[in-house]
Amino acid sequence: MWSNVLYIDLETGEHHTRDRSDLFDKYLGGTGVATQLLLEECPAGIDAFSPENPVIFSIGPLTTIFPCVSKVVSMFKSPMTGEMGESHAGGRLAMAMRFAGYDSIVIKGRAAKPSYLSIHDDEVKLKDATSIWNLSSVEVTGKILREVEPGKGRRSIMRIGKAGVNQVRYANVNVDTYRHFGRLGMGAVFGSKNLKAIVISGTEEVELPDMPAYKKMYSKLYGEVVDTEVMDKYHDLGTAANINVLNRLKGLPTKNLKQSHFENAESISGEYFADNLLLRKIACSNCPIGCIHIAMLKTQFQKGHEFEVSHISYDYELIYSLGTNLGITMGEDVLRLIDRCEQHGLDIMSTGGVLAWATEMYERDLITPPDTLGLSLRWGDTDNYLKMIDRIVEMPNKFYQAMAKGTAVAAAEYGGEDFAINLGRLEIAGYHTGPASIVGQIVGVRHSHLDNGGYSIDQKASSQQLSEEQMVDKLIYEDYWRMVNNSLVCCLFARGVYGEQNMVDALECVGIKKTRDELEAIGREIFLAKYKFKEREGFDIDKVSVPARFFETVSQLGMVKKDTVDNMLKLYRKKTGI
Amino acid sequence: MPAKIKVANPNRCINCYSCMLACSRTNANSVSLIDSAIDVRTSGGIESGIGIIVCRSCIDPPCARACPTGALTPRNGGGVVLDKDLCDSCKLCADACLPRAIHFDRADMPVICTHCGVCAKFCSHDVLELVKTEVM
Ligand code: SF4
Ligand code: SF4
Ligand code: SF4
Ligand code: SF4
Repeated sequence: MWSNVLYIDLETGEHHTRDRSDLFDKYLGGTGVATQLLLEECPAGIDAFSPENPVIFSIGPLTTIFPCVSKVVSMFKSPMTGEMGESHAGGRLAMAMRFAGYDSIVIKGRAAKPSYLSIHDDEVKLKDATSIWNLSSVEVTGKILREVEPGKGRRSIMRIGKAGVNQVRYANVNVDTYRHFGRLGMGAVFGSKNLKAIVISGTEEVELPDMPAYKKMYSKLYGEVVDTEVMDKYHDLGTAANINVLNRLKGLPTKNLKQSHFENAESISGEYFADNLLLRKIACSNCPIGCIHIAMLKTQFQKGHEFEVSHISYDYELIYSLGTNLGITMGEDVLRLIDRCEQHGLDIMSTGGVLAWATEMYERDLITPPDTLGLSLRWGDTDNYLKMIDRIVEMPNKFYQAMAKGTAVAAAEYGGEDFAINLGRLEIAGYHTGPASIVGQIVGVRHSHLDNGGYSIDQKASSQQLSEEQMVDKLIYEDYWRMVNNSLVCCLFARGVYGEQNMVDALECVGIKKTRDELEAIGREIFLAKYKFKEREGFDIDKVSVPARFFETVSQLGMVKKDTVDNMLKLYRKKTGI
Repeated sequence: MPAKIKVANPNRCINCYSCMLACSRTNANSVSLIDSAIDVRTSGGIESGIGIIVCRSCIDPPCARACPTGALTPRNGGGVVLDKDLCDSCKLCADACLPRAIHFDRADMPVICTHCGVCAKFCSHDVLELVKTEVM
């Protein structure tokens, strides 16, 4: 129904739109269409920082039309992995793209000087960003742009921080202060393009073929979202509730995965945050859940009653990455670390992984003060970690340059590969639940725990005694169906509501008639198209090395055996044909 | 008894826009923000507070008094009723409304709250309430 693609060339500042119903009819939108655009636009084998690397954004046919269909898919070649870069973000961006009338945006080239894009309905302008290029804070960048740009209340503002400007390979793109294109380094790609920010807004009034049927379906889905346990789970304590849960189950990666439980979990748990630090909750546009938990951190900066107050969003992955993984024992300290990464615009999951690896290297004398420029690294030492984060962004010497490239690269240079916790060159998510989590992150198209939810398959396996083959079947089912979810593009927290039948019915409301089987086939096709790109760029499942540490630390399902992982990978390849 | 919309608990708002989408879906048959009579706004980005702007159902509505064509007339229970045929888009009503509850759609017609209460039905956080008014 919608298939308008905006192409922008940063080199010349020129832009044009093209109707791509050829792609949208076949691949729905979101991840399906973005993958095709990536295959078209990204020449084989280029460097991720080459001007030719495209940055692509896509929404889908249900975006803003139905509740919780609130995400945007971004795609690019990743400087972290050298293959598929894909990240999803919410905030207001999806809605702003819908009302600006762009279903996808493709950005290529490199601007001659620091610039930002201002997109309001049909008006697309490349503007000078020299004065904000080197700002130290992502938050301040947002404040300045809000003053000069129109679209108040309807606009979305994406921007990079110092980390993106300096091309730290896991720099993120901040979206509307509290959401991110977090993983795989799109922020660094922005930096390489001299692109500081994108502001987008629109005023379209969208009409649907059968309004009465649409209203009925909206009410049904809205009711399911607010009445199911989804609401409790994500709104109440939020994902941070998992800290205590996974700690009890021994699935919580701690101190560089030396442990899978944390003796001090209680004081950085979701319960602790909610009771002591939580200020309020907010939502992405068109999502009644409101899962974004915002904490208030009050710090004394001088004697007397001199305080500074910051508002910081937190969730499970952040508390794991900068909390348990670094042995931090107080919620307040976790917030200080999160805030520092946020201001620089760093992907927190990768930053935590790199810091944890470095701490263990230091513990074993494999790196020494001359490498760290005098900083000693100890588990739980927040002050030194804060300094280290600054140095990763500034890269004052060879060691910090290596750290800015991620755990896999740094370990290849300095050693400690057996405990460089990455899968497919990406630092892992906060789950050491068993083999499905490990296999899931290796095979997942973006090496994310969200590709196929391997952790939850492990959890099922612990109660239902699943065989290796059954676990692989479940991974594949998720891999295919989430391609459909991600093409619509609904929030994965609401995936329980957007099951097979609801997706079929919701699509019908916007005039897209697909059967369940057709949707599954599309999911599989998108998955294979992604593997086409991945393999073209050199990804090979057989070459992914799993650091020994994964097999040395007990998981929720007991010790994971290397044979199990190898066997599951073999089964996965056989069944998917990749 | 007539009813009116009330912003009962503004501080509970999660900035989800469900109310705005419900208003335009119901009253303008569109998916949009600018067709909504209620407006949810962050004053300085989402890190600062959220403001909710909607008709405060004045009993002697200044917007109606300012309207030179008689397109706006006082509504039973507070607020106003719009007769689109009479409106010439002069926007004087918008200036007269102190809460700035009137804005204009793409056709330059004022978007006027009908106090139907649909927005409250789609607010998951009890920010909005449809309340009975005493005034007849
Ligand atoms: S814009 Fe229309 S309703 Fe408002 S004052 Fe002018 S004529 Fe009256
Ligand atoms: S639109 Fe403004 S002036 Fe008119 S009745 Fe409502 S609040 Fe009062
Ligand atoms: S009461 Fe009705 S018309 Fe007024 S803002 Fe709410 S939904 Fe819109
Ligand atoms: S629906 Fe309620 S919570 Fe959501 S934006 Fe409107 S008033 Fe706020």
